[in-house]
Order: sequence, then C-alpha cells, then structure tokens
Amino acid sequence: MMRKIIKYVLGDIIRNKMVLVYTILLFVISLSVFNIETNTSKGILSLLNIILLIVPLTCIIFSTIYIYNSSEFIELLVSQPIKRKTIWYSLYFGLVLSLSLAYIIGIGLPALYYFPNAKGLMILVVGLFLTWVFVSIALLIAGSSRDKTKGIAIAIVSWLFFAIFYDILVLFILFQFQDYPLEGAMIVLSFLNPIDLSRIQLLLQIDAAAIIGYTGAVFKIFFGRGLGILICVLSMCAWFLIPLWLSVKIFQKRDI
Amino acid sequence: MIQAKHITKKFGRLKALDDVSVQMNAGECIAILGPNGCGKTTLLKTVLGMVVADSGEVMVKNEIVKKSNWQYRRHIGYMPQIGRYPSNMKIADVINMMKDIRQNGELNEELASAFDLPALNQKKMGNLSGGTTQKVSAVLAFMFNPDILILDEPTAGLDPLSSEKLKAKIKAENDKGKLVIITSHILSELDDLVTEVIYMQEGKIIFHKKIKTLQEETGEIKLSKAIASILQSGVK
Repeated sequence: MMRKIIKYVLGDIIRNKMVLVYTILLFVISLSVFNIETNTSKGILSLLNIILLIVPLTCIIFSTIYIYNSSEFIELLVSQPIKRKTIWYSLYFGLVLSLSLAYIIGIGLPALYYFPNAKGLMILVVGLFLTWVFVSIALLIAGSSRDKTKGIAIAIVSWLFFAIFYDILVLFILFQFQDYPLEGAMIVLSFLNPIDLSRIQLLLQIDAAAIIGYTGAVFKIFFGRGLGILICVLSMCAWFLIPLWLSVKIFQKRDI
Repeated sequence: MIQAKHITKKFGRLKALDDVSVQMNAGECIAILGPNGCGKTTLLKTVLGMVVADSGEVMVKNEIVKKSNWQYRRHIGYMPQIGRYPSNMKIADVINMMKDIRQNGELNEELASAFDLPALNQKKMGNLSGGTTQKVSAVLAFMFNPDILILDEPTAGLDPLSSEKLKAKIKAENDKGKLVIITSHILSELDDLVTEVIYMQEGKIIFHKKIKTLQEETGEIKLSKAIASILQSGVK
C-alpha cells in the first residue's frame, strides 16, 4: 500500500517542476565551483558553504509547503481504508526520494566525478543526511500547525536558527567563557545542530580542521576516530528519526 | 452495524458532541437533522476515524474504531459535504487512484455513467464546478459496493435532475439492505427515502425515532411538518 501512495506522491512532486529547478541549480553550482577552483580542498570548502545553506533551506521550505498543499490529498485518503501512518510515511518518502535524487544528480555525481575518493563520498553522504533531516523537521512543523502561513514562518525561522543563529549563539558562549576549557562543551553543542555536525565531518575529511585551531584538534581527535564517527552517524540518524516519529504521533491524533 | 457509546468531542471550548450514544442497523436509511454546527458532520467523521473522540467508543460492524484499526473503513463509502481533491489531478486520475487503493473486485459504476462523468474524465479537479465535484464524490462513495454509505449533504449543489438520479441510487442501495446515513437541510427531499430520523442540537441527540412513529405521533405525513410540530411541542 505504501508503495502505491509513494508512487502518487512522487508523480505529483515531479509534475511540480520545483524539484527540477532545484536539481539544475545544484548542478550549476557544483560544476561552476569545481571548474573555477583549481585547489581541490578549497573547491570542496566553497561548495560546502553553499550546500550547508541551500540544501536545508530548500528541503525545509519545499516540504513544508508541499505538505500544506497536499491537504486535499490527505483528506481524501484518510477516509479510505488506509492506515494514517502509511499516508504520512508515504509523504515523507516521496519527498525524501525526490529531493535526494535531485541532490545526487546535482551535486553527488559531479562531486564523485571530480573527487573519486572519500572526500567525494563524504559530500554525497552529508548532503543526503541533511536532506532527510530537514524534510523530517518540515513534516514535524507542518504536522503541528494547521495554519499554513504560521507553518511556513516557523520553517523559515528554524532554518535561520540552524544555519545562522546557532553559530552566533555558540560564538557568544565561546567569548563569554573563553577563560575556561570549552572543547568538551563544543563537541556536545555541535551535536545539537545537524548543520554543524555536517560541517565538522566535511572539514575533518578535507584536513581543514587546522584552520579552527586547538578546538579543531580536539574535534579531530573525537570525530576523526571510529567511535566519534559512529556517534556522529547515530546522532544524524536521531536528527531525522525523532522529528519524523513525533510528526507521525501528531498526525495520528489530528482531526481532519 | 454502527454503535456509538457516550461519545464526547470538544473543539477548544465548544462541545461538538456531548455524550452521544446511537445504534444504527443494516437496511436502515437514517437522516441526521439539526441546525448548522449541531455536530452532525463531527458525528459522521468520528465514525470514519477522521475526528478522534475525546471519550467514548464507536463500533463499526463489531470492529472498534481506533487509530490502529483502519481495515473497517473498507465497509464504508463516504461522500463529504465539501469534497476536496488534489487540484492538478484529472477526474480519471482520482477515480483510478481510488480503484488502485481499494482494490475491490466488484465495482459499481452505474452512477458514473448516469452522471455522464466519463465524458469529463480529462478535466482537472481544480477546474470543476461545485456540482461536478459533488458528482465525483458521490461516484466514489458508491463505487466500491460498501455496506455502509455515509452521505454528508449529498444533494447540496446538485442540479434537480442529478439530484433525482442520486436519490434513486440511494434508494436502490438501501433496498439491497445497506445502511445509509444522510445529513441534509432540505427535508422535503428525504420524504420517500428515510426510515429513521435523528435530530441533533448543540452536540446532543434530541430524539431518534422511526419515521412511522414520528408520523403517528404528530399526525403529519410530510417529514418537514412532522419535525416542525415535534419541535414546537417541545417534546424531547
């Protein structure tokens, strides 16, 4: 049953053309960055900063709006012999599949072509993780608020928070408590933001950790090792599983 | 077939349903009447599991309605008051999707041909008039031969001819022993269909009577006059 509904959701998203525009945008960005920068690490670094802003923004806004615009579709299916869980997961997988595909074509494949090594793979994996996380957060937002305008506003604020304000907050804390050893606290803080987590993983991969000084060295010791990477992967999974799970709970109790 | 026990549902402060208990059996054609906002649609949506009651329980064909139970809805055909459909899908897309999802062997497509819907198959749902959308809703409700038909204001927005066709179809299905539940404001339409009447007000059932009893008690043959007389006399 889920496969059938995903098929309809996917068909609808593809007809929407927004995802096509997103794919082309990503493709143009990645090609231009890879062709302009001769230094590979520098190229990845420039690309990284773009990915970390654009992927979460597009995923959270597009998915939130899509869920609100699917209210008719949801209403139609809820009165049919289908589990509510199935409807909600189908929407999630439809969105995740199409946006992941856009990312793979737009950035993943070019990255692997120019860097057929761990670095290229890392770019692919990090972007996919970000896609899943922010679609999942979007579902939580659209599921909890009935008002479309309010929902989209919350989505934009969430993106601003994770992409910009969180770092300002962390910097503020760093300056306030600069007399204390904060490396351990920094590691904990970085787990609370999926964008930071992705950034650190990518920076470590391209050996740019040195540019963030002593903290970078501590990060390298923690995140660069087996256990650190494992914790990193687990917390990224938590970042998309927990919002998704919460949104399902909310959707099951909701009056249509 | 449908049993509701002590259902209460609040929307904020408003009590949409207040300790409603009701029993509906196969072969009956029940009209749920009452002023706007008296809880008719909420009651129907509770049966469908679209609205989750605060307390009380609903049984449909001996299956209890709760979030983990969804199979029971295969017995129900639902025609919403205002059908809302994905606007970029064509009529044929919507109908095919429903067939694909419900996968019911025996299809009942009489109504579609009676309404001449196949001629409009390639029109997008978003461009349809209110009446045509209602026709699609009606066709979908009857298509899978459900044992229970829940029709929320079925004839509102339909032209007189289509309205007659729909009523004939309701009558035919009811005669086959199916349970039909209708809400409507236009009482004169229901005269030759309905076997029982439920009258609701402010989330409560004021009375639930067989139409024969109602006619005998009030001495009126027309449903509208019988209801008016029972409300005037203040019988509760």
